[in-house]
Amino acid sequence: MSGASAARGDRLWRSLVTPEGVDLGLRLGGAGERAAAFLIDSIVVLAALAALSLLAVFAIRATGTIGVPGILWLLGYFLLRNFYFVLFEMRPRAATPGKRALGLRVVSRVGGRLTADAVLARNVMRELEIFVPLSLLFSEFSGLDGWVLAAGLSWTGVFTLFPLFNRDRMRAGDFVAGTWVVRVPRRVLLPDLAADRPDAAPLAFTRAQVDAYGVKELQLLEQVLRAHDPTTLAAVADRIRRRIGWSDREEDGAFLDAYYAALRDRLERRLLFGHRRADKFDRA
Amino acid sequence: MTATTPARALRREREADWLRLEELLDRLERRSARRLSDEELLAIPVLYRAALSSLSVARATVLDAALVDYLEALSTRAYLVVYGARASLASRIGRFFAEDWPRAARALGPETLAAGGFILAGAVAAYLMVRSDAVWFYGFVPTGLAGGRDPVASTDRLREALGGAKGTEGLPFFAGYLFTHNAQVAILSFALGFALCLPTAFLLAYSGGTMGALMAVYAERGLGLDFGAWLLVHGVTELLAVSLAGAAGFHIGRAVASPGRLGRLDAAALAGRRAATLLAGTFIMLICAGLLEGIVRQTVTDTRWRYAIAGATALFWAVYLYRPRWRSGT
Repeated sequence: MSGASAARGDRLWRSLVTPEGVDLGLRLGGAGERAAAFLIDSIVVLAALAALSLLAVFAIRATGTIGVPGILWLLGYFLLRNFYFVLFEMRPRAATPGKRALGLRVVSRVGGRLTADAVLARNVMRELEIFVPLSLLFSEFSGLDGWVLAAGLSWTGVFTLFPLFNRDRMRAGDFVAGTWVVRVPRRVLLPDLAADRPDAAPLAFTRAQVDAYGVKELQLLEQVLRAHDPTTLAAVADRIRRRIGWSDREEDGAFLDAYYAALRDRLERRLLFGHRRADKFDRA
Repeated sequence: MTATTPARALRREREADWLRLEELLDRLERRSARRLSDEELLAIPVLYRAALSSLSVARATVLDAALVDYLEALSTRAYLVVYGARASLASRIGRFFAEDWPRAARALGPETLAAGGFILAGAVAAYLMVRSDAVWFYGFVPTGLAGGRDPVASTDRLREALGGAKGTEGLPFFAGYLFTHNAQVAILSFALGFALCLPTAFLLAYSGGTMGALMAVYAERGLGLDFGAWLLVHGVTELLAVSLAGAAGFHIGRAVASPGRLGRLDAAALAGRRAATLLAGTFIMLICAGLLEGIVRQTVTDTRWRYAIAGATALFWAVYLYRPRWRSGT
């Protein structure tokens, strides 16, 4: 979906006007995406920690002293727990492996650069959001009073669930650091479906036939053609043929390609003269 | 039908530039900026503006949604590189030590005093409680941390604990443990500040309490002065670091609770970044404290020398962090 059409009705869409005056439009990462990214990162950290611990145990067995392996384990644990996120987010991509997997990255809310202090601030807040509630949960076994536990959990739960309570899906860390997590998916340049193809014989559509639809239908058709699912192609070709009264029975794909090219050509020409026909009901 | 449509014209003219920009961004993000030549780095802003203008043209004249999406994603990536460009790591680190850290410390002066006050209050309260009834000691000092230095230990045993290293191999491990523990406490007091300051204040008072309780045990045996020297060698640095971390927490809590003229969002973001700078500084101080504790305290056992070193560190931090600066900030 293009930015212009997605902007309507998407509650996570925010405008981002560059100094050149172009609105790029950003989509914020949703709570589910954020949680999934965090899950991936937690698994990575836990796996690294397990590997580190195994190494340390072997080294201590081998040398017979806690000494150096013990210190390395302590520092490794400290760095993994506190700086895994910080170091990844300070890199040019501004994303941990989990965020990268979901096409997310951290950006400054006011635009401009993401500074190291902001990255540190947003990530040390995890202590409050994740580790304090976790330690409360596990303190159950060390005999903390039930009511104290419930009170503590509901208080810290507010911070854990903070992203669900605000429009911008900010964690407490984002709030304190002035950051947003946005979707910046990677896209490849796809071929133009209306490009000239010498092997395809152009079909002659009348003016009335190419005036049957607007931009909305054109872009739906584009999605259908790019997905290239035979049953959908057949169904769509059938509907278009019926609507425009087309009786020739050439192959569905070839018909849709030709109709797409003709429709786009017609709509783009009208666009050049200042008229954007939104959809098939737009009769202006 | 064979006439050139805007999409085709745009693509024919600009496609090579888009792909080149994409390739440069890929390399920039995958590796360090150093791998790109100066020429290539200078090309990025030019290509970025070209991509933006292509996007504007495409939005206005092209109905190929995939093309518009591609240009949007490409322009956004390039925007984040062009306007998110950072100075080199070395110059950022230099700026941190020369300007950012001391400035943050001075800006948070009142909060630092408050944090120090909570530590002191905790220490004094614990001292008085343990002096009046030694049982309170076990409420303030976890047995692991006490290491046998409790009210029932012999005076010789207590004095021995203040001495230098006996060549024990577990010592560096203990120093490492102390550093990571203290740094974790610093992080916690930063984060807890968001919960409206109160938990941070409690944490600070509790840290002070541990110290006060130990002090009480030593003072009872007339070893108070020696204990003070033993503590302050690294304690000056460590206590200041803990106070600064607490101050960072208070600063955030204050901005969240009463944002003042700025909106709550802006106030919190400003306070959070300033506090994080200070927190980064406390990590460095805690490393210094760890070294003082692990090396200097084990080699210097004379009480007067220990006080001299404590005084020197206090002077150093006072001058470095709080000396007035007239330079106008950027």
